[in-house]
Amino acid sequence: MDPSRRELLKGAGKFLILGSAAAAAETAAAPTAAPTPGYDPFKHLWGMTIDIDKCIGCGNCVRACERENSVPEGFFRTWVERYGIEGAGQEHPKVISPDGGKNGFPPSADASAKQFFVPKLCNHCLDSPCVQVCPVGATFDSPDGVVLVDSTYCLGCRYCVQACPYGCRYIHPERQTVDKCSLCYHRITQGLTTACCEACPTQARTLADLKNPQDPVHEFLRKNKVQVLKPHMATRSKVFYRELDGAVR
Amino acid sequence: MHTIPGVEGFMYPNEVELQWSILIVLYPYITGLVAGAFILASLERVFQVSAVKPTYRLALLTALAFLLVAPLPLQLHLGHPERSFEMYLTPHRSSAMAMFGFVYLWYLMVVLLAEIWLDYRADIVALAQSSKGALRWVYKALTLGSMNVSPAARRVDDRVGYIITVIGIPSAFLLHGYVGFIFGSVKANAWWSTPLMPIVFLFSAMVSGIAAVMLIYDASCRLQKRLVDMRCLDTIARYLFYVFLIDFSLEMLDLIHRIYEADESFRSLDFMVQTRLFTSQVVLQILLGTCLPLALLGLIQLRRFSGTVRRRLYVTAGWLTMIGIFAMRWNVVIGGQLFSKSYLGYTTYKLEFAAREGLLSSIGLMLLPLGILWVLVKLLPPWEERQAM
Repeated sequence: MDPSRRELLKGAGKFLILGSAAAAAETAAAPTAAPTPGYDPFKHLWGMTIDIDKCIGCGNCVRACERENSVPEGFFRTWVERYGIEGAGQEHPKVISPDGGKNGFPPSADASAKQFFVPKLCNHCLDSPCVQVCPVGATFDSPDGVVLVDSTYCLGCRYCVQACPYGCRYIHPERQTVDKCSLCYHRITQGLTTACCEACPTQARTLADLKNPQDPVHEFLRKNKVQVLKPHMATRSKVFYRELDGAVR
Repeated sequence: MHTIPGVEGFMYPNEVELQWSILIVLYPYITGLVAGAFILASLERVFQVSAVKPTYRLALLTALAFLLVAPLPLQLHLGHPERSFEMYLTPHRSSAMAMFGFVYLWYLMVVLLAEIWLDYRADIVALAQSSKGALRWVYKALTLGSMNVSPAARRVDDRVGYIITVIGIPSAFLLHGYVGFIFGSVKANAWWSTPLMPIVFLFSAMVSGIAAVMLIYDASCRLQKRLVDMRCLDTIARYLFYVFLIDFSLEMLDLIHRIYEADESFRSLDFMVQTRLFTSQVVLQILLGTCLPLALLGLIQLRRFSGTVRRRLYVTAGWLTMIGIFAMRWNVVIGGQLFSKSYLGYTTYKLEFAAREGLLSSIGLMLLPLGILWVLVKLLPPWEERQAM
């Protein structure tokens, strides 16, 4: 059977029987996020700190995430934005993120503007709108505060993508289920840091365990001016930014 | 400068592609027709508006035909439709969407099927006795074994049918108000997030359902070369006018509120309405789809026209209304995804033609209920002489 005919039949089959058999057969294996044996999720509460002043927009984090998590081309579990603000133009910043900042940024033409980089990722909110709206609970909170997706259960309805205020979710083009940053759950439950944090040359991004009294996050939060993205959304985000400009959305 | 085709300004990188397509436009459009048609039917049954009696059964069958198709756009849209039954088995209680199956089944099984069956029961028994061949067995099955059509039994049917209609009115409100809630409760989306959304959806549902039954009644009279009951048509059009006025007022209230409040999203949304949504929002929805039909319907209330002219004006207003309400659903669903949640940019919706979520599938899904209605009308004739049997 030639490929075009097979594709056609596949499409017709999906349409007629609402995709049950064909779509199930097409489902690619999702990376597992099973914790390491002996790891107690109730003893941790994971988040991240990001120091805006330290980010140089190199894109190492985006590339590392892409490699580590097999992120499909054109989609992003993490990305970096470059903000440019001229004078009092707080409400009209110029923002770019070419290829999610994966390959760095072009030189800026405007030397007079205030410029800085903002790495973004899932905020692993404690009151996640995405978890709230998932009709089957395929998106869920782990006991250690990571918002995860069970791709074997996700319907692909995309309600969570609509509900996320930060644009962190996408539909995986092969699996046809939602995908997002898992905070490298397969790594952090083995005592490692996330791929993005490991790749960051300036330590702008740091994995944080809010339940560990020895974790530097506590000092970071105590000593710095810290903000979360879109605080008016009241999602109780756990990604804390140092020196975040008010223009950032 | 790095640019992405179809994108203006800045979108978060995962926002460029729209998540909900034309199929999700059809979903509230079709459920709206169901709710509206049922509410029109209940006018006769509960509120004793005898003038609309000729459309009572037709409205119920229309509601059923569209209700049977209502879940299909959702199913077709899912990445994994074979998992949709999980919503029934393990629904996530905090999810508005998880309730769809239960609201749908309640409405289908408890309200619509029960009411239609009770109303048609005597006809079905008569048809089971008079039909021949395979059709006889179909009608026998439809009697569900209940052959008693004595006056006492018919009184019970009528009483229970009345109670079901009374339950059905809030159920119809629930069905479509709930659909509005799915959008209105998304706080991340400034275009959707308003407590008015369920109310606006509800009234627009009534508008579209009443207009649809009016058009179907007119078309069925033309097709069967029957005399149209102008008193019935006048009454339906008058109700359409009143409900449309409420709907338009609510939508304008929402618009004025947004303009006056002018919160952080306003500049972005205003730009979107003046550019990417101008044709569908300002031209199709507001001018052609609302102001013009309201003006036509209003004119008929103020001036005397002959029956032929009135009928033509009703059909014109009805079609414009259907276009206007479809445009409203389009503007809500598609418009709500054209702007970035950063309020710094806009993307474009590319409607495919022969794809699963394309134009062809959508046309098929809109024609399907009409095909089902044709079968239902053949099987259970809604015309008055049949009722007199």
